[in-house]
Amino acid sequence: MNKILLIIQREYLTRVKNKRFILTTLLMPLLIVGFIAVSTLLAIQGKESHKIAVVDANGFFKGNLKSSGNLNFEFEEGVDTLNYISKGYSDIILIPKFEGTEKTNYIIRSKKRISIITEGNISDRINAAIEDKMLQDAGINKGSLDSIHKQSQFAELKAVEENGGTVKESNAALSYGIGFGSGMLIYITMFIYGAMVMRGVMEEKTNRIAEVIVSSVKPFQLMLGKIIGIGAVGLTQFLMWIVLIVGLTTIAQAFIPHDVLEQVNTLQQYNGQMPSGGMVKAGEAAQQIYKVQHTFSTANWPVIIGCFIFYFIGGYLFYAALFAAVGSVVNEDPQDAQSLMLPITMPIIFSFIIMSNAVQDPSTPIAIWASIIPFSSPMVMMARIAYGIPGTVPYWQLGLSMISLIGGFLLTTWLSGKIYRTGILMYGKKVNWKEMGKWAFRRS
Amino acid sequence: MSNILELHNLKKYYATQKAVDDISFSIKQGSIFGLLGPNGAGKTTLLRMITGIFFPDSGKIQFDGRAFDPLNDIIKIGYMPEERGLYKKMKIGEQALYLAQLKGLSRTEAMEKIKFWFKRLEMESWVNKKVEDLSKGMSQKLQFVITVLHEPKLIILDEPFSGLDPLNANLIKDEIYGLAQRGSTIIFSTHRMEQVEEICDHIVLVNLGQKVLDGTVSDIKQQFKENKFSIKLRELPNALDHSSFQLVEQNANALTVRIQDGFKSNDVLQYFLQQNVTIESFNEILPSLNEIFINLVENTNASARAFQKVTA
Repeated sequence: MNKILLIIQREYLTRVKNKRFILTTLLMPLLIVGFIAVSTLLAIQGKESHKIAVVDANGFFKGNLKSSGNLNFEFEEGVDTLNYISKGYSDIILIPKFEGTEKTNYIIRSKKRISIITEGNISDRINAAIEDKMLQDAGINKGSLDSIHKQSQFAELKAVEENGGTVKESNAALSYGIGFGSGMLIYITMFIYGAMVMRGVMEEKTNRIAEVIVSSVKPFQLMLGKIIGIGAVGLTQFLMWIVLIVGLTTIAQAFIPHDVLEQVNTLQQYNGQMPSGGMVKAGEAAQQIYKVQHTFSTANWPVIIGCFIFYFIGGYLFYAALFAAVGSVVNEDPQDAQSLMLPITMPIIFSFIIMSNAVQDPSTPIAIWASIIPFSSPMVMMARIAYGIPGTVPYWQLGLSMISLIGGFLLTTWLSGKIYRTGILMYGKKVNWKEMGKWAFRRS
Repeated sequence: MSNILELHNLKKYYATQKAVDDISFSIKQGSIFGLLGPNGAGKTTLLRMITGIFFPDSGKIQFDGRAFDPLNDIIKIGYMPEERGLYKKMKIGEQALYLAQLKGLSRTEAMEKIKFWFKRLEMESWVNKKVEDLSKGMSQKLQFVITVLHEPKLIILDEPFSGLDPLNANLIKDEIYGLAQRGSTIIFSTHRMEQVEEICDHIVLVNLGQKVLDGTVSDIKQQFKENKFSIKLRELPNALDHSSFQLVEQNANALTVRIQDGFKSNDVLQYFLQQNVTIESFNEILPSLNEIFINLVENTNASARAFQKVTA
């Protein structure tokens, strides 16, 4: 036992101390947060202001076409396409005379190419002005229409699922996000860390250190130590990412003004409504934050996180053992590894495909069975669990899936151990899956 | 002295060949034992069974007076395989510490031993270097240290001198003698017969998975001697013909003769004395292990063995 611990320790420390590991672990969250920050910043600051001269043959738009934000409409006389730049305008719009109801081309000329978003904005403004005119022509009072729009209660669909005697609010979009996100994470884990196990085994074999070590410990101990050690590296990396992202988000939250936070708290106390007769109305920001928090609170986080950790570890162990077996039979040629890996990577990729369907429709027979069979269960079950236990995933399915995954990785580890034991000391011979099968199933 | 290791009828068959086919021998404690054989004779398989990496298909291994128990006895064995292996990216000190701990030493014990051996073999300055920065000879030395660090009772060295310059080879050789004197038993596997003659007390030669020779170096030489003598004379006698010997080779005044059955070396000497010639030297020629080895292994298809099917 003690020797396995030593091996785990070495596998873990050599990787965690590696500069590349430290860099990726620290930089990844910074990169993600930074990317979001930069793109938000660009979205805000990227809008340059336009001073637009409007040449209106109808004389209608003056007063109806509203300037706001970065768009400034001016109706100066005597501006034309030849002199608008010298008069300090960035763009000029030529509006033809209204004739009937046909679509007409409005031409905008610009000093610089205008962006697609700005173009859309300008077009929206013009159309809104035309709509106003048409309403007026039809005798509809715009003021009263606006007030109807404002006061009318629109239907807001709120999904609620049966949960024993009580009903519980659910949110399909959130379930989709959680299911896909966690399935994706498990998918990435299997590939990255599975391949890391394989490379580690190959290194020991080609360096010929395997023979030195197996004269001290059993080959099975060496394999298990490596799998657990690298698994711990993976967990460390994910934990670090979570801590860093949570930390950075908290720092970001510190920039939210105090009164907004107070409003959010009040909203939480009164279930989304401001107390009746309250003096303050919740601001837009507070309502947004409350909405996000409320949506997140509809998910059953303890169950989801618990299951995620279980399937993350179980799925990793299941496939890492297979990757280790492949690593042990490969000789110096990495191309052998490619072809031998195919039977392992195929089920992972298939599981991913099933998973991406299961997050949309978690109760199809194929999704149910794929969430029970250990080859695909880590990803597919996570996709389904997000939709709720025991509503979408009955307890028996979850139990069966977990038991078969535990049984599955015990089996793959045992079989791989037997392949590994033979493969790690065998040089020069090209091994195929048939031969590996023979090693795996022969009696000790 | 008692036997540290006894092998009784060991067998290990692979699908396509009998790697070890009924081999028995024993090794005395404190001796330096040579395990010889051509490539593919089954030496590595034999060594892997002795180190507990493989289980024999049948037969018994007695280690230190008891049945060999790989799990517990492994700490008493140090094995340096022919194909050297170390983690390239790991620092030398850490590497030695790790491998010593895997053998069962505690951390503090291992540190002490590392200090002792690194100082002894003048490797102290390497501690923080990585293996990939070492020359082949240096990593060979490191591998030797790692093998003997835990002071095993049985040390198995597969071609320990390959890649070492004469200076370092002598250094290691002295260490091997020292370890044997302090009570360790050494199994020494090699093709280099001159080293075996120089170092080993006792040898076993395996070929085609079977034992073909077993004994002390001098016994074996006696066993394979051809009663040849070299005689150097100041001047040649008139006739070189006598029933006591047969002339094998003549190079001016240096003769090689084979003594005929029923005669002794003294009879030959007597003959030359009677011829009244001055004898400058008279020596028995013993076969070298190399010659014995080649004689025994030649014509046995040893090299073609890997591709043979098991028929029995």
